[in-house]
Amino acid sequence: MTNQSQPQKFIVPIGPQHPALKEPGHFEFGVDGEIVTSATIRLGFVHRGIEKATEDRTWVQNLYLLERICGICSNIHGTVYAIGVEKLAGVEIPPRAKYIRTIVAELERVHSHLLWLGVAAHEGGFDTLFMYSWRDRETVMDLLEGLSGNRVNYSTNLIGGVKFDINEKQADEIRRGLDFLEERTHYYMKVVTTDETFLGRTRDIGTMTREQAELLGAVGPTARASGVPRDVRSESPYLAYNEHPIQLQVHDGGDLLARFIVRLNELFDTYRLIRELLDHMPAGDLTVRVPRRIPEGEVLIRGEAPRGELVYYLKSSGSDKPDRIKVRTPSLCNWGTISHVAVGHKLADMPMLLVGIDPCFSCNDRLVTVNNTQNSQDLTWDALRRYGIEYYK
Amino acid sequence: METKLPSTWEKALDSIRTWARVNSPWVIHFNSGSCNGCDIEILATLTPRYDLERFGVKLQGSPRHADVLICTGPVTRNARDRLVRIYNQMPDPKFVVVVGSCGLSGGVFHGSYNVMGGVDEVIPVDAYVPGCPPRPEAIIHGVVALLDSLKKKP
Repeated sequence: MTNQSQPQKFIVPIGPQHPALKEPGHFEFGVDGEIVTSATIRLGFVHRGIEKATEDRTWVQNLYLLERICGICSNIHGTVYAIGVEKLAGVEIPPRAKYIRTIVAELERVHSHLLWLGVAAHEGGFDTLFMYSWRDRETVMDLLEGLSGNRVNYSTNLIGGVKFDINEKQADEIRRGLDFLEERTHYYMKVVTTDETFLGRTRDIGTMTREQAELLGAVGPTARASGVPRDVRSESPYLAYNEHPIQLQVHDGGDLLARFIVRLNELFDTYRLIRELLDHMPAGDLTVRVPRRIPEGEVLIRGEAPRGELVYYLKSSGSDKPDRIKVRTPSLCNWGTISHVAVGHKLADMPMLLVGIDPCFSCNDRLVTVNNTQNSQDLTWDALRRYGIEYYK
Repeated sequence: METKLPSTWEKALDSIRTWARVNSPWVIHFNSGSCNGCDIEILATLTPRYDLERFGVKLQGSPRHADVLICTGPVTRNARDRLVRIYNQMPDPKFVVVVGSCGLSGGVFHGSYNVMGGVDEVIPVDAYVPGCPPRPEAIIHGVVALLDSLKKKP
């Protein structure tokens, strides 16, 4: 036996099947006792090749495929894609359709933030709050089901408008539901900011300064909790956000507590916004006609998902199928902050830290092929396209 | 060493085993490429409004403690080996419930280069719950149907 002069590094592997998160991801935390010294994240278990699959489907079929990139923020994917295609086709949707899209997008934010609050409380060992927030979340699920007929993938959008109208009776139901949720959210705010046990799990954990957040490219509530005033809805308003601007929620804390406060404050603002939109709904049609073949061109379009900035790049070659669709989802931008922030914290804080960015694996698993051979060559766009067609023949 | 019991005893023991199994199935959940939609509905079935736990169903972290594997999503090439490994780690007798259209056939992702297809291409499946995503009531119905089918077995 030899004495080991160097202390051996101990690595704790977690996943891909693990009780902490409901989605597969593999993590390797190097630990020194209880303290994490390094963090490696391995993703890719839910890579389904959606971007490639879009090229085999028509513009309309893709609406349903892209909505299933992520089941939690499904509507915003369809909305941003539809806005992009309408821009390419050069059509303007009726104002009432814009309002309905905005209302559903905001209801989705309510459902997503309440879901997150429950999961985050669960990871912190606070299961009572988990059960409470999920019970109250059923209110907004009922509202969404009443509007669209489905609880999760609502499929609100058509290319050129929306599928359903919101009548006065439904609007009243939404108002009543929001009143109940607002009261409950006040209670959650009180619990999250005053419960000493829970504060012990969130205060000064995973602190990310504004400089770090900007350097690591954080987006959405994660960035706003570090004091970065970044929100697509106020930076470049789309849909009905021009007429009814949001109030940007920013907090300087940078820790987990700040992320709780920012998301809960966003809920209050969302309730206000939905009421305002319901009161000012313009009358009119729901759809306009859009040609089946979309004119040649390319467009880059942004929207604010519950988790942050969502970017779509669409390229059309004038046929009824897209030439290329590229999606950049908010979770992918926020992952980088984890491996940076995790070092120096206890292993027991890792689930809370992971949940703090509201991670979503299904929208960020990409395939990267690293070519290690020497004979690298530059391909033009046309050559690459021809190569792709030949490859899949 | 194996002791052989009289057949009447074996029968009695079997009925006790089935009774125990039906009254308290422990489940684990694995996402093999789902969009999350089914996963949040499974979680919703465990929360107060639907409360799957009243049937004795408990969500469990480790495959070695579980009787039922609830599987969501199409099987991606990357998750395939893990799914088989988790299935093999579960003690016998084990049952698989597939939740969602993608797990049945690949669903909307059918034909994509990284998708193997439905879950039954990889491991044997006992119950299917269709829907995109299925309602919590449908998931409860699927689990109860599985438990009923166990009761009928001798």
